[in-house]
Amino acid sequence: MTAPAIELKGISKAFGPVQANKDISIRVMPGTIHGIIGENGAGKSTLMSILYGFYKADAGEVFISGQKTEIPDSQAAIAAGIGMVFQHFKLVENFTVLENIILGAEDGGLLRPSLAKARKSLLELEQEYDLKVDPDAVIEEIGVGMQQRVEILKALYRQANILILDEPTGVLTPAEADQLFRILGRLREEGKTIILITHKLREIMDITDTVSVMRRGEMTATVKTADTSPEELAELMVGRKVLLRVDKTPAQPRDVVLDVKNLKVLDDQGVERLRGIDLQVRAGEILGIAGVAGNGQSELLEVLGGYADATGDITVNGQALDLTGRYSDGRSRRERGIAHVPEDRQREGLIMDFSAWENTAFGYHRDAAYQSGILMNNAAIKADTQAKMDRFDVRPPHPHLAAKNFSGGNQQKIVLAREIERNPDLLLIGQPTRGVDIGAIEFIHQQIVALRDQGKAILLVSVELEEILSLADRVAVMFDGRIMGERLPAQTDEKELGLLMAGMNT
Amino acid sequence: MDVMPKWAEVVLVPLISLILAAILSALVILAIGEDPVAAVKLMVSGALGSTYGWGYTLYYATNFMFTGLAVAVAFHAGLFNIGGEGQAMLGGLGVALVCLFIPWPHWTLAVLGATVGAAAFGALWAAIPAYLQAKRGSHIVITTIMFNFIAAAVLNYMLVNILRPAGSMDPATARFPEAVHLPSLHEMLAPIGINFSKSAPANVSLVLAIIACFVVWLLIWRTSLGLEIRSYGKSGRAARYAGIGSVRITMIAMLISGGLAGMMAINNVMGEAERLVLNAVEGAGFIGIAVALMGRSHPFGVFLAAILFGFLYQGGAELALWTSIPRELIVVIQALVILFTGALDNMVRMPLERIFLAIRQSREAKATKAAE
Repeated sequence: MTAPAIELKGISKAFGPVQANKDISIRVMPGTIHGIIGENGAGKSTLMSILYGFYKADAGEVFISGQKTEIPDSQAAIAAGIGMVFQHFKLVENFTVLENIILGAEDGGLLRPSLAKARKSLLELEQEYDLKVDPDAVIEEIGVGMQQRVEILKALYRQANILILDEPTGVLTPAEADQLFRILGRLREEGKTIILITHKLREIMDITDTVSVMRRGEMTATVKTADTSPEELAELMVGRKVLLRVDKTPAQPRDVVLDVKNLKVLDDQGVERLRGIDLQVRAGEILGIAGVAGNGQSELLEVLGGYADATGDITVNGQALDLTGRYSDGRSRRERGIAHVPEDRQREGLIMDFSAWENTAFGYHRDAAYQSGILMNNAAIKADTQAKMDRFDVRPPHPHLAAKNFSGGNQQKIVLAREIERNPDLLLIGQPTRGVDIGAIEFIHQQIVALRDQGKAILLVSVELEEILSLADRVAVMFDGRIMGERLPAQTDEKELGLLMAGMNT
Repeated sequence: MDVMPKWAEVVLVPLISLILAAILSALVILAIGEDPVAAVKLMVSGALGSTYGWGYTLYYATNFMFTGLAVAVAFHAGLFNIGGEGQAMLGGLGVALVCLFIPWPHWTLAVLGATVGAAAFGALWAAIPAYLQAKRGSHIVITTIMFNFIAAAVLNYMLVNILRPAGSMDPATARFPEAVHLPSLHEMLAPIGINFSKSAPANVSLVLAIIACFVVWLLIWRTSLGLEIRSYGKSGRAARYAGIGSVRITMIAMLISGGLAGMMAINNVMGEAERLVLNAVEGAGFIGIAVALMGRSHPFGVFLAAILFGFLYQGGAELALWTSIPRELIVVIQALVILFTGALDNMVRMPLERIFLAIRQSREAKATKAAE
């Protein structure tokens, strides 16, 4: 029997009082794809950082091809044949592909010979693994999928036999993700070992041979992918049964609440980010905006939320919204019955150093109920926060705790409680479950559907197609500042939406 | 979770920083061949050993409270106002104009008028850099520092060419009328039987400074404007999301900041000199930065830090007077205090955090053992 390509024995790592990894052991056989799945904060990234030499484990051993190996830094990891593709690429934007590939792996002080050598081996790699890229293209001019290929090539150029990919599909369209999986399959055929870290169950089911589930720093199970199901994996991740599908009745749309006509937005550089958007959201329905991040969805939310100037016409309940003037700020929007759960909860929706009760007042802090005379009525705010925390099951339910001390899901619940409980006519909600654990996702989805059933209009922006398809009553796809088309979830699939997301009209 | 309990954060860290600064200062005093123990004794007795010493310490502390609060308020909005010096100079001009050209019947009214004048002029001086920052993105650190120089030139011009009484050789205004004389601590405390030194400059402005500390505390932590200022300072994007205007907050925070810096003039111009002279501020605007840093931008911290710096100022003056330790050494000691309490904060904090962590872990380990 061959030795495992990589074997971890009893890895433990603590950060202060937090036990990020507890006695973790896995064996990954060569020529297989091994998935590691777990919620945010389960310890996946810590484990991989230990493997790549960023952290030193408190206890435990690493064996590479049966040899006990010390990995004090990333250099040692590369020497041991480990390559890492990070979620956020580590590429120099204005360098060419070739320059990025040799960066840090130059032979000697002169560039020319290394570049020539790299070009040659790039051609070989291309043929071997079917990985096509233009070596002379500049990084900032190629797409995200291509950039990711460059990252993979970088690792292969450094003779990596074990490839670790951290949430590789987060920024890809479904088509790009499929291409990535084909490449990974090819690498597996050639005998490379791949560790895929993800929180998407579908990817695990599609491509991996074996899968390990992590929960709260512990490895709860390692199973053959063929022997398991998404439901079982979800249960292993969360520790209880979860509903993967959103439970909802058909929408009962009524009057138009939000009507957007020919909306255009320029960014600071004068580039048009929204190129004439038309959309309508009715009371009692959820309109989902799908698209790869960076195609104008953020700008749309910013305009509607009142913090970006725009041209065009927007009416809410038949009355025009001020798009550039004195009443185009967030406060005026709230007064018009528009609540907003922003995409970036940690930098926009919350102030991480502020307590939960200050965050609950945030944005509505001038509300009469929160004032007594010229001072704020802190006691009233705290009582209100406590009530909201109880209703939204925020844990721990302490209004005094700073926002940064809550988990991602509980932070999101604090924001949701603040916005939903205002009883808005229109709820804008961006990436409602980004960085949120599965257990909380279920709850958050239920809250959004409940608000819809109360007859509110909801505009949902998400880069997670699965979320859009299961939550939205209608789906609009954005690409390059335009709406490429609208579909009904029941009459479309990820493939069709994926093409729209890539700018191809079907 | 926060690693350290709050008392350690608020008390222990600054205290250890101070002790480190003191040790290093002692080494410097040793190095120039003086006796650090005698120096400390002299500083303490000179600054705190008599009501005369206290009078000076509190006088300086009053200045530093105003300028420290000024820096602290701007800090909360994420703005670094290092123009306290110039704003206090202009505040002095405001006080002088109010005191010289309005016939006040009584000091109680005069001090209100002077407060308005001082705050208005200080705020005005902060308003221009604030506007440039808010509307045009000119960095406030650069503009406020340049405005310090412009303020000095304006003051020079006003004193030499306009406000100087005819025939005087001194670039200063005439003496303020007797009616605007502010009661000194001596005069305030005599009726209740405390014999405070007659010649010390501390005066009723100290009470105003303490009130200012309290009002700033209310403003920052108890009003919605304070919440807006703090939000803007913590996260510009979050503030934008909440509909808190950046121009509005920048202007308001800087106006309050400049006003507070200007109000220092009630103490040094109206309370002490009773006329406006050149260089009346004597660097208090800059000390305010250190005071705000050390006080963690909290009004109570500013209050304590201002008294500490008042002590350093007065004790240092005594040192220079009675020993051959040069006055510059006082600047060195102040710099060390600033360095340790402000810039080298993490040097003390991180080992402390580790100690607290170790204590907590051993306690938890014991608890789990007991549970088993």
